[in-house]
Amino acid sequence: MVQINLPENSKVKKGNYYKDKTGSKNIRKVNVYRWDPSTGKNPRIDTYEVDMDNCPSKVLDLLNKIKNELDSSLAYRRSCTHGVCGSCAMNMDGKNGLACTKPHAEIKGDINIYPLPHLKVKKDLIGDLSVLYKQYESIEPWLKTSKKIESTEIIQSKEDRAKLDGAYECIMCACCSTACPSYWWNGDKYLGPAVLLQAYRWIIDSRDEERKERLKKIADEFKLYRCHTIMNCTNACPKGLNPAKAIAEIKKMLATV
Amino acid sequence: MSSYKIIDHEYDVVVLGAGGSGLRAAVGLSEAGLKTACISKVFPTRSHTSAAQGGISAALGNMGEDDWRWHMYDTVKGADWLGDQDCIEYLCKEAPRAVIELEKYGVPFSRTEDGKIYQRPFGGMTKNYGNGTAQRTCAAADRTGHAILHTLYGQALKHNTEFFIEYFALDLLMKDGECKGLIAWNLNDGTIHRFRSHITIIATGGYGKIYYSATSAHTCTGDGNAMILRAGLPLQDMEFVQFHPTGIYGHGTLISEGVRGEGGYLVNSKGEKFMERYAPKAKDLASRDVVSRSIAVEINEGRGIGKEKDHVHLHLSHLDPKVIEERLPGISESSKLFANVDVTKEPIPVVPTVHYNMGGIPTNYKAEVLTVNGGEKTVPGLMAIGEAACVSVHGANRLGSNSLIDLVVFGRAAAKRAAELIKFGTPHEKIPESETEKCLDRFDKLRNGNGENRTADLRLAMQKTMQSKCAVFRTERTLKEGVDEIRKPFDGMESVLVKDKSLIFNTDLVETLEFDNLIRQAITTMDSAYHRKESRGAHAREDFPKRDDEKFMKHTLSWCNGKETQIEYKPVHKSTLTSEIQYFPPQERVY
Repeated sequence: MVQINLPENSKVKKGNYYKDKTGSKNIRKVNVYRWDPSTGKNPRIDTYEVDMDNCPSKVLDLLNKIKNELDSSLAYRRSCTHGVCGSCAMNMDGKNGLACTKPHAEIKGDINIYPLPHLKVKKDLIGDLSVLYKQYESIEPWLKTSKKIESTEIIQSKEDRAKLDGAYECIMCACCSTACPSYWWNGDKYLGPAVLLQAYRWIIDSRDEERKERLKKIADEFKLYRCHTIMNCTNACPKGLNPAKAIAEIKKMLATV
Repeated sequence: MSSYKIIDHEYDVVVLGAGGSGLRAAVGLSEAGLKTACISKVFPTRSHTSAAQGGISAALGNMGEDDWRWHMYDTVKGADWLGDQDCIEYLCKEAPRAVIELEKYGVPFSRTEDGKIYQRPFGGMTKNYGNGTAQRTCAAADRTGHAILHTLYGQALKHNTEFFIEYFALDLLMKDGECKGLIAWNLNDGTIHRFRSHITIIATGGYGKIYYSATSAHTCTGDGNAMILRAGLPLQDMEFVQFHPTGIYGHGTLISEGVRGEGGYLVNSKGEKFMERYAPKAKDLASRDVVSRSIAVEINEGRGIGKEKDHVHLHLSHLDPKVIEERLPGISESSKLFANVDVTKEPIPVVPTVHYNMGGIPTNYKAEVLTVNGGEKTVPGLMAIGEAACVSVHGANRLGSNSLIDLVVFGRAAAKRAAELIKFGTPHEKIPESETEKCLDRFDKLRNGNGENRTADLRLAMQKTMQSKCAVFRTERTLKEGVDEIRKPFDGMESVLVKDKSLIFNTDLVETLEFDNLIRQAITTMDSAYHRKESRGAHAREDFPKRDDEKFMKHTLSWCNGKETQIEYKPVHKSTLTSEIQYFPPQERVY
């Protein structure tokens, strides 16, 4: 029988242990994935004991506390701190989400924090999203209209505008795509839920004049039809959006064109 | 510094920053056929423009009569007459076209019954020169910034703008008082990049993070402003820091002025709608400095809410749930997440929170950077736009929804001006190596910091000092203490500790470089505030409660070399751009 082993340097080892020095009675253990490409060493899990009496409510607050007080070398992306920029997407307690909106009280036991799954890791919790960004470019995310800049807007009814609700709010955090088994398997060819939701956003914009061309372009066994309605995307979305439904709508449109 | 691998690039224009203004400039430059690089420390859609909620102002007149001249009057008055009226005229006149352009780009604006762009009332926005409320603020629900940012990124992709993403800019390359490009550090692979360009456009946003409690993102560190200071150029009007009246108490998350625009109101512990006392006409829709001061007075006089009596309540539960759902969904979500409040049933606990920097890099209305040498003088090769710039259209206090319009109007203006200035095929000049060495010396010194001061502790000391000594109300005493105290964290940098020595995604070093940027701006802000002995707009001195047009109808310019500052002044422009409108002479500012 064929033996399949992971490459030696991909094995995650036990890392450093940072013991609490505050004497707090309210300690939680936080296990964080660490990998530094410049050392040539294997990834490791560092464990931090964190004083929860002086820590605000979200997972990002925990990470900030670790970075500010225990270990400044920990690398992660973060910016707005209120769930609109999409920087701090990561895997917490086995689930993708935004660290800045996820309350750590929802996590029982030790808190395990990893980068978004199935991305190349750049360092620690920072994943490489360049493929997803390229795919986003490929759907041509801009309005296609023959109307030249004039003195008035293109008229759009309230009803037509309402069709964009649930799609335009996407913050491109990639929680959904990196939760999708199909995307894990065919991430180079399948566009994935985040990008398909954006494709849908332009397809259903009543102002766009290239709906048919857009549909045709993604009607591909890999780009679109690798979606097998697993629904992980919708479960993972930290903004409460429903990419799976958008993908189903696209498939329906293609079936009825 | 030969140990660093340097990669050279040549571009017609380098845009630093990929928020609303940087992207709008990049689109215009690419359209004009200029070879353009757009450099950003974060992926474009992560920029802080995404956090803008309420809307973008333009006198479209979709929801009642409107006129760009009324918009101009409101902006002049909002600015407490510190704005330059030629620039404000340009902003307000160009605004409608800029919004229509955004709509054509694809921004999903909310709509009126007849399918036009929806506009809501906003603070300080009036009809007919202060007589009645204007509906002028164009909105995409309460996610207008997000919608605009994503749309502009799409446009930049359409025009094949070249992006350098997750590159951290270090310094400008200057030669004989002209800007020749910049140096940046690629976080992805640790290489150093030297960009030579005919024009460099700084679009790096504000520096809200000098304060402890701010609606600003972690990344709002004013990197471009600090690069200007290190290049020996001045920043303007740095004492004018806007406190947004409604940040969520304890967390600082922004709650849009759109809430009050849609009918929300503030109350104190006695249940009084106290804004009626401070601004009998505009009430809760007075301009932000006025509302923030009113809240601060209520709290100072013991009418605050909660155990500590240190905040007030924003009510919107009386609004039709359908209105909340359709027009304010984002703040409903934020309130739930960060205040555990259901806005359809309970009020939101709010407190004035640092939100916007009126000050920044001095420019003219064409976005060209200015310095003084006898009179106003442009700095060749250098432009600034967006919150980083001080045109000045916002003067001493910015009106809500005037920042998003500032981004696109002046982003476009910068591209237009660059296209006029750059002659095709002009070769790039040689820049002395000493510029690169100076820049990398600073970089290397901080990277190898092995002292005892953690960056996070220095940053916290700076933030706490700004918060306590340079707040909504200021006095000679607090500012004097602040001037001394704010220099301590700067000194602390001499023995800073940077634990991570690597070059790939070394966020420890990034934050240290950001702190180096922040502290210089904190010092100029504190010193500028100390020297302005009057109250104007967001700068409220308890010891000088009146505006003093005779002595202070002028812009502050501050140079900063290390912790030494030099303060000078230059007059506010007292004329308009064209004869289509007359100069608005100073009046008493009441709402």
